[in-house]
Amino acid sequence: MNNFSYTRASDVGNAVAEIAADNHAKFIAGGTNLIDLMKENVVRPTRLVDITRLPLNEITENDDGGLRLGALCTNADTAYNEQIERRYPLLSSAILAGASPQLRNMATDGGNLLQRTRCYYFYDTATPCNKREPGTGCSAINGFNRIHAILGTSDECIATHPSDMCVALAALEAVVQVTGKNGERVIPFADFHRLPGDTPHIDNNLKPDEIITAIDLPKQGFAENYTYLKLRDRASYAFALVSVAAALDMDGDTIKEARIALGGVAHKPWRNAEAEAMLNNQSATSENFQKVAEAIIRDAKGFGHNTFKIGLAKRAIVRALAQAAAGKPQPIAEKKIL
Amino acid sequence: MATATNYIGQPTSRVDGTAKVTGAAKYAAEYNVPDLTYGYVVSSEIAKGKITKLDTREALAIPGVLQIFTHENRPNLAWFDSSYKDDIAPPGSPFRPLYDAEVKYSGQPIALVVAEEFEVARYAASLVRVEYAPKPHETDLNEKREEAYEPPKKRSGIPPPAKPRGDAERAFDNAAVQHEAEYRHAIEHHNPMEMHASTVVWEGNGKITVYDKTQGAQNSQGYVAGIFGFKQDDVRVISSYIGGAFGSGLRPQYQLFLAVLAARELKRSVRVTLTRQQMFTFGYRPDTIQRLALGATADGTLEAFMHDALANTSQFEDFQEDDVNWSGLLYKCANTKFTYKLAQLDLYTPIDMRAPGGATGMYAIEAAMDELAYKTGVDPIELRLKNYSEKDQNKDKPYSSKELRECYRQAAEKFGWSKRTSEPRSMRDGKELVGWGMATGIWEAFQQKASAKATLGLDGKLEVGSATTDIGTGTYTIMTQIAAETLGIPIDDVTFKLGDSTLPTSPVEGGSWTASSIGSAVKVVCDAVGEKLFKIAQEMDGYSFADVDYKDVAFSQGKLRLKRDASHAVPIVDVMRYGKINAIEEEATSSPNYLKQNGYSSYAHSAVFVEVKVDEELGMIRVTRAVNAVAGGRILNPKTARSQVLGGVVWGISMALHEETYTDHNLGRFMNHNLAEYHVPVNADIHDIEVIFVEEHDEIVNPIGAKGLGEIGIVGTAAAVANAVYHATGKRVRDLPITIDKLL
Ligand SMILES: Cc1cc2nc3c(=O)[nH]c(=O)nc-3n(C[C@H](O)[C@H](O)[C@H](O)COP(=O)(O)OP(=O)(O)OC[C@H]3O[C@@H](n4cnc5c(N)ncnc54)[C@H](O)[C@@H]3O)c2cc1C
Ligand code: SF4
Repeated sequence: MNNFSYTRASDVGNAVAEIAADNHAKFIAGGTNLIDLMKENVVRPTRLVDITRLPLNEITENDDGGLRLGALCTNADTAYNEQIERRYPLLSSAILAGASPQLRNMATDGGNLLQRTRCYYFYDTATPCNKREPGTGCSAINGFNRIHAILGTSDECIATHPSDMCVALAALEAVVQVTGKNGERVIPFADFHRLPGDTPHIDNNLKPDEIITAIDLPKQGFAENYTYLKLRDRASYAFALVSVAAALDMDGDTIKEARIALGGVAHKPWRNAEAEAMLNNQSATSENFQKVAEAIIRDAKGFGHNTFKIGLAKRAIVRALAQAAAGKPQPIAEKKIL
Repeated sequence: MATATNYIGQPTSRVDGTAKVTGAAKYAAEYNVPDLTYGYVVSSEIAKGKITKLDTREALAIPGVLQIFTHENRPNLAWFDSSYKDDIAPPGSPFRPLYDAEVKYSGQPIALVVAEEFEVARYAASLVRVEYAPKPHETDLNEKREEAYEPPKKRSGIPPPAKPRGDAERAFDNAAVQHEAEYRHAIEHHNPMEMHASTVVWEGNGKITVYDKTQGAQNSQGYVAGIFGFKQDDVRVISSYIGGAFGSGLRPQYQLFLAVLAARELKRSVRVTLTRQQMFTFGYRPDTIQRLALGATADGTLEAFMHDALANTSQFEDFQEDDVNWSGLLYKCANTKFTYKLAQLDLYTPIDMRAPGGATGMYAIEAAMDELAYKTGVDPIELRLKNYSEKDQNKDKPYSSKELRECYRQAAEKFGWSKRTSEPRSMRDGKELVGWGMATGIWEAFQQKASAKATLGLDGKLEVGSATTDIGTGTYTIMTQIAAETLGIPIDDVTFKLGDSTLPTSPVEGGSWTASSIGSAVKVVCDAVGEKLFKIAQEMDGYSFADVDYKDVAFSQGKLRLKRDASHAVPIVDVMRYGKINAIEEEATSSPNYLKQNGYSSYAHSAVFVEVKVDEELGMIRVTRAVNAVAGGRILNPKTARSQVLGGVVWGISMALHEETYTDHNLGRFMNHNLAEYHVPVNADIHDIEVIFVEEHDEIVNPIGAKGLGEIGIVGTAAAVANAVYHATGKRVRDLPITIDKLL
């Protein structure tokens, strides 16, 4: 861990000014990811700008009938918020499927979006890694890649985005509110995270001088027919091997609209609009689910240890859609899969 | 025997429980002394090669940095390998930290930065610039099969493979039913909660006190004295509390060496604590490939049993464990052949991990027996009973006791085994396939020579001590119970001291021998105090002790009593007053009674039954029930005993389904070196576990009749889980852990 200075931001404008003044400054929110990375020398900020005192920790109504999550709401407060539990249970269960109670008490919603990959090599400065040090190579492609991506990979990087919360946010088509030197702007969730391409060191489209102030949830919460199905190596406190956020708008047995986002398979929460549309106005049968699953996974590519994810993801999609259609979401921390 | 059962056998809560939950219990890295300095270890980034440049200038320039120790400035230390050999060292040439520029494994300590503050040391460590000339390395056991060898020097205490009996190859070839397969398990790291740490206090008079995380205070003491040229008495090692070790503390680890080195050079107190990542840079359970070949008649009678193990070791020591002898103890068979080979990898030397060799060898044996059960169509319990061995065939000796049949019976009944349909995939519950599997466990009941001392004060308080340690197993508690019972003193008036090299000699805590070895020493020394009391009492007027022998008296409730008439009693403090003594002090040693024990083999046994449910499409496995029936001789404390077995079962489940250290063979490096990615079960993975203690009387094994329970709980469990997974799915996964990717 290196030496760094520490300041506490007084307001959003001040936070942006602080971060813009120093190329190696970093915001610190819950610190659950950043501190780990600093201890491992993966991230070496010269200055920490503490944003935890900014008044961005409320959940409020938006004019369009949706909800606004302040960037500094904790993951726990969000998941257990009465409105979220009732109107966006998909988000609630995705958050609760992640990490541990202690971590969720500290972790913030903004920080969750920006958490880095759990690729073993990324965390170990003794190894080459393009994401950590561009140009050094990717150790995972020909190395141990059991937890790595099968979709949207590049020759430079096959890491996944590890968040559960973000998978639900992708399905709900949330919008990220950010403020930078040049003012405020919004980033649709699908455009927030990036694929690795030849710039794997850049995880997302947030500019270095920008702060996330809020995450907006559109009105439609899919509270009737949803599930977050997370498959992992143990019943809790493990990142997803594959996860599926499924949200259906149903009319009787007919699906009007389907949202399917995958976690654990790509550098960002993975969606395939074309495939999802195959379910529009179709009935909820396992045959139809199978077809969509095939379409979503069609271009998947394995790298050896992670090749099993291709088959697993397909089956997980089918099961998740069945759960969502039946109105029987997967209970949290229950190893038995409905 | 001068006892009446008051404390032994009672479910007594841990005497150190309050200290542990209130934080009063101090661990090695928690002793703060004035002017303490902090060391931070720099670890090698390559697996093999030479350090060509080690530039410490930038790091040394950081204010607060005192010194950086490397192979370039290390002082001259003991020359011969023998000085570096601790009590548990396997044959070979022990690793010497900071010895020269050679890198032998990834993660090897190559420098120690010492500073006034921990944070400064850690920061400076990141500024040490190292250049290497790497050499090709090999960390994959599979690639070294051809170079496997039988270890020329045997490790002390580890029986080499038993001599072949009959002609196993031929019997196998001629057998009506044959089963041959290879089994493997992953490298596992102990990962105790407490990281290894040593706080070395520079006493200023040529003496040091070392608070060390170790399973053997005297083992660390001897190691330090031998290497650094201290007189034995000038090194005092203390390890009062240990936050788990599971074998990782059996040998002195490199943080101890580095902390002492720095303290001696700087003449300052130094603490070195390893990081969680560095907990993956020394011993581990070795990768092992086991080939089993079983031949049987059509009805399942064993005719041939062949077991070949190939395990990895380092390039410098021949670590060995006993994987292959167990079937010779459990199953009657006229034709057997066992071999055990090693292959050297560019890794550190493995170290014993809970039930070393047993957890692993028995996994392969019991999985193979299950496969044989299916091939012969004989029920798995039936098959084991059919081949049940009444004697240790490896040594041709009877057992001092063996209630394994009863273990099978009681566990099967509790579990409801009779309702099992044997066909794989024949039981289900909704979307889940249900599997029931069982396996046998066995672990040797060791007794080692050990000493203890006891001091009885005029206030009626008894202090007993031995240099052993309590790695969380409950040693403090059961020793207190044994002492309290032997001298009939209220348990609250008894204090047991351990984890201090100045206390009477004890072996390292391991092998499940502590209860029997230290327990026997405690009993013997308390009896010595008792005899002294008795001798004085014999002279006291008004009592009729003069006419009887020591064996005719007993101690209870603070009094010495006649056995035949317990009301004829004298308070022990009265005896001491009469004898005009303020304290009785005794020291005694208890050694195994070879005359009595040599004719017998002594083992603890168990039968483990497990239910798994497996999602048919998604391959998610959960262990919904486990029953483990243990025959372990006398149960000294059912509460701590149960905890030991429960923990063992959890670890067995972990071994079967979760635990694995991932090696990147390109880099020759362990990659999941943290507790987020190195998976052990969480609470949600563990459901019902039932522990049954089967009654077993053993007058031969040792004076207290206990066999030790620290390890038996894990043995057999992994196989039972694997067998249940097969029963559920019809899929036989022969390499542990059985993760989702292997099952799909
Ligand atoms: C052991 C472990 C297990 C975990 N398991 C899971 C899991 O199963 N599923 C899961 O989803 N997550 C898991 N997590 C990750 C956890 O959810 C994240 O660490 C957490 O959400 C990050 O939030 P934070 O507030 O602590 O972020 P911090 O660590 O404070 O910050 C993370 C990054 O975001 C930046 N940042 C923070 N807030 C803002 C903002 N408002 N604007 C701009 N930049 C910002 C920081 O500069 C930093 O770069 C796990 C973490 C750990 C340590
Ligand atoms: S997958 Fe990405 S993060 Fe992992 S080693 Fe390769 S480049 Fe680095």
